[in-house]
Amino acid sequence: MKKLQNVMIKGTKSGLTLYLDDTCSYEDLKKELNEKLSVAYRVNEDRQLISVKVKVGNRYLTEEQKAEIKELIRHKKNLVVEEIETNVMTIEEAERLKSESEIVTIAKIIRSGQVLDVPGDLLLIGDVNPGGTVMAGGNIFIMGALKGIAHAGYLGNKQAIIAAFVMKPSQLRIGDCINRAPDQYPEGETREMECAYIDENNQIVVDRIQALMHLRPELTRLEGGR
Amino acid sequence: MGEAIVVTSGKGGVGKTTTTANLGTALALQGKRVCLIDTDIGLRNLDVVMGLENRIIYDLVDVVEGRCKIHQALVKDKRFEDLLFLLPAAQTSDKSAVAPEQMKNLVMELKQDYDYIIIDCPAGIEQGYKNAVAGADRAIVVTTPEVSAVRDADRIIGLLEKEKNIEPPKLIINRIRTHMMKNGDMLDVDEITAHLSIDLIGIVADDDEVIKASNHGEPIALNPNSKASIAYRNIARRILGESVPLQQLEEESKSVFSKIKKFFGVRS
Repeated sequence: MKKLQNVMIKGTKSGLTLYLDDTCSYEDLKKELNEKLSVAYRVNEDRQLISVKVKVGNRYLTEEQKAEIKELIRHKKNLVVEEIETNVMTIEEAERLKSESEIVTIAKIIRSGQVLDVPGDLLLIGDVNPGGTVMAGGNIFIMGALKGIAHAGYLGNKQAIIAAFVMKPSQLRIGDCINRAPDQYPEGETREMECAYIDENNQIVVDRIQALMHLRPELTRLEGGR
Repeated sequence: MGEAIVVTSGKGGVGKTTTTANLGTALALQGKRVCLIDTDIGLRNLDVVMGLENRIIYDLVDVVEGRCKIHQALVKDKRFEDLLFLLPAAQTSDKSAVAPEQMKNLVMELKQDYDYIIIDCPAGIEQGYKNAVAGADRAIVVTTPEVSAVRDADRIIGLLEKEKNIEPPKLIINRIRTHMMKNGDMLDVDEITAHLSIDLIGIVADDDEVIKASNHGEPIALNPNSKASIAYRNIARRILGESVPLQQLEEESKSVFSKIKKFFGVRS
């Protein structure tokens, strides 16, 4: 009985995809991949690079193995790996992803010298006093006064926003943009609940919170509803 | 078993030592046995403010290093019958001469004999601060109505909140100048308490008498006629658990209407 092949190459509308079997050993897989790519059809040497997808099913690949496979494919034909898709991830990765996408609620006053840092969204019930810093990988929502520094999307997410009940920050940072507060806040001006975001000119602007629903529709995570 | 209260502020020159001296005096006037500890090793001056400088024989570092017994180092205040004592800081060593653990044991030992141990903390948040806070059960944060003092108080409160053995700190606003506060040139009391969001335990008006008294080595709390003295006595009563209303800051206005209001017990 002939064994099913471990490596299959399929052409789809979106380009070439390599299906790598997930039941054989990694060594066998490498060997067969090597063979298959060596013996296959003859191609024009000066043709452009073709990007391919690699699907490995339920096989977990470490970063080194991923690099090895990319290298292997790259060295054979003029193929370049666009991405490696796998159904498996480690618990650490999953936890990181989860923590980056959840909202952390904290009831506290962030005082001068204190730094609060969360990977996902931050919902702070309390104030940020001058000299205090809050940082979040995602958005920052403050149900209180923001008088210190807030840094949203500090891992590079420029779509992140900062919202505060009283917006009197000493500095606002979103992604790699920084905006300093005016030297003097106008006296007696009490605007309630404002938000800060990066506009199309790559500048941080402060606006009414109601502006967000048009600017950042992705903030709405509820699907369906009545 | 007594209670240890640390008086701290972060910023220097806001009145920690004066507050320590006066709270100690006011508590002793209430008949409590009080021991003051100066932890500002190398820059001691609580003894000067108390007028006990020339009676010092041993100091905090001597006790910690075992050169003498605690009771040998304690300086008795003669104005009180066995109620008020001072453990002075060393002048020749520096803050690293004492470790937080040693301070903790020292305070524990003193708590057996005294109702209140009041610890005068040095400025800053380094070793000296850590020593001062180590044995404390309660904390009093002193600030003045200045942005810089309030900023440092905020920092200190943040650090105190991390200490597990200390109750939430209480606030004293010192050196209030009534006319400046009224004109809005100074932060006002409500603004500061709202900003720091901790309980206010007392306000003390700026009073020339305080400096005069300190220079004479007599805490102002001994003088019953001064406004600042009454403020400190009120704070002492609040420490003891009484509820005393805050002093009115405004000068009494002498209008007929306000007199009538006062007659009917309406508070303006």
